[in-house]
Amino acid sequence: MEMNVREIWTVVHGMVFGFIFLLGFSGALYAVYSLKAEWLTTEGMTKTVNIIKVYLWGLAISVWAAVFTGAWVVYPWYRATPPDGTTDLSAFPRSLLLANESTAQWHEFGMEWKEHVAFLAPIAATVVAFVVNYYGAQLARKIGERRAVMIFFIFAFVATAIAGMFGAFITKAAAVR
Amino acid sequence: MASEMNDKVNGPAAAALLAGGIGSAAMGVITLIYELDDKSGFSKSMTWYKPVGGLSGKSSWAIIIFFVSWAILHFIWKDKDTNFARISSLAIALLFVGLIGTFPPVWHLLKGS
Repeated sequence: MEMNVREIWTVVHGMVFGFIFLLGFSGALYAVYSLKAEWLTTEGMTKTVNIIKVYLWGLAISVWAAVFTGAWVVYPWYRATPPDGTTDLSAFPRSLLLANESTAQWHEFGMEWKEHVAFLAPIAATVVAFVVNYYGAQLARKIGERRAVMIFFIFAFVATAIAGMFGAFITKAAAVR
Repeated sequence: MASEMNDKVNGPAAAALLAGGIGSAAMGVITLIYELDDKSGFSKSMTWYKPVGGLSGKSSWAIIIFFVSWAILHFIWKDKDTNFARISSLAIALLFVGLIGTFPPVWHLLKGS
């Protein structure tokens, strides 16, 4: 049950911040989708919109936190170069993966894609939060805007899911310790 | 509620969407240029913080470009109604430029490796 500092940060990055976004996505998407004038009363609309605004900003902050902890805290441990003569590469995940032909693709494809695509998620999620915050209840009458917001939000989810999926697989193959 | 129901101009929303597309495309294009020749001067200049390597500069530039373009577009469009359908379509296309540019097989394809 013991975890060292690196493992705790890895959990905070993926299982806390990343997971909050992935878990919260479907509810938020449905909330935006259901912002329709014909579905909600005026009072219901106001309450729903206020909740959605907080919810979306929370998810956007969470996914920013996921990429920053991932890139600036966990990633340096992942890509650290082992000192010359090191034979036990278990503390150097990137080198460990590249040392074996059967695992090299986890880095060359999985990690390379994950580390870059992840940054698209907070950008798209922030745009979604801003647009919903800006329009508020008016979004119920703006079909084009609502559709664009949902496409951006699905895009943010896909980018996060790619990053999260490869993060889990890579951790299984060569964990940051 | 009544004031909220006065139609707002779509400029600020269009600005945010287009800036999101630009930020995403910037990440894709910068990553692609970096990966095509990771020994070039451009690629070396992306290492802002050695432990993070090139990712530090690539991601920071994309974030800076996103926020700066957002501020500029917001300033230009804050009181205007724009052609939202056209701008949102462009923004979505730019999102996918980001996705393509960060996809490793595309780097290998263009490098011929």
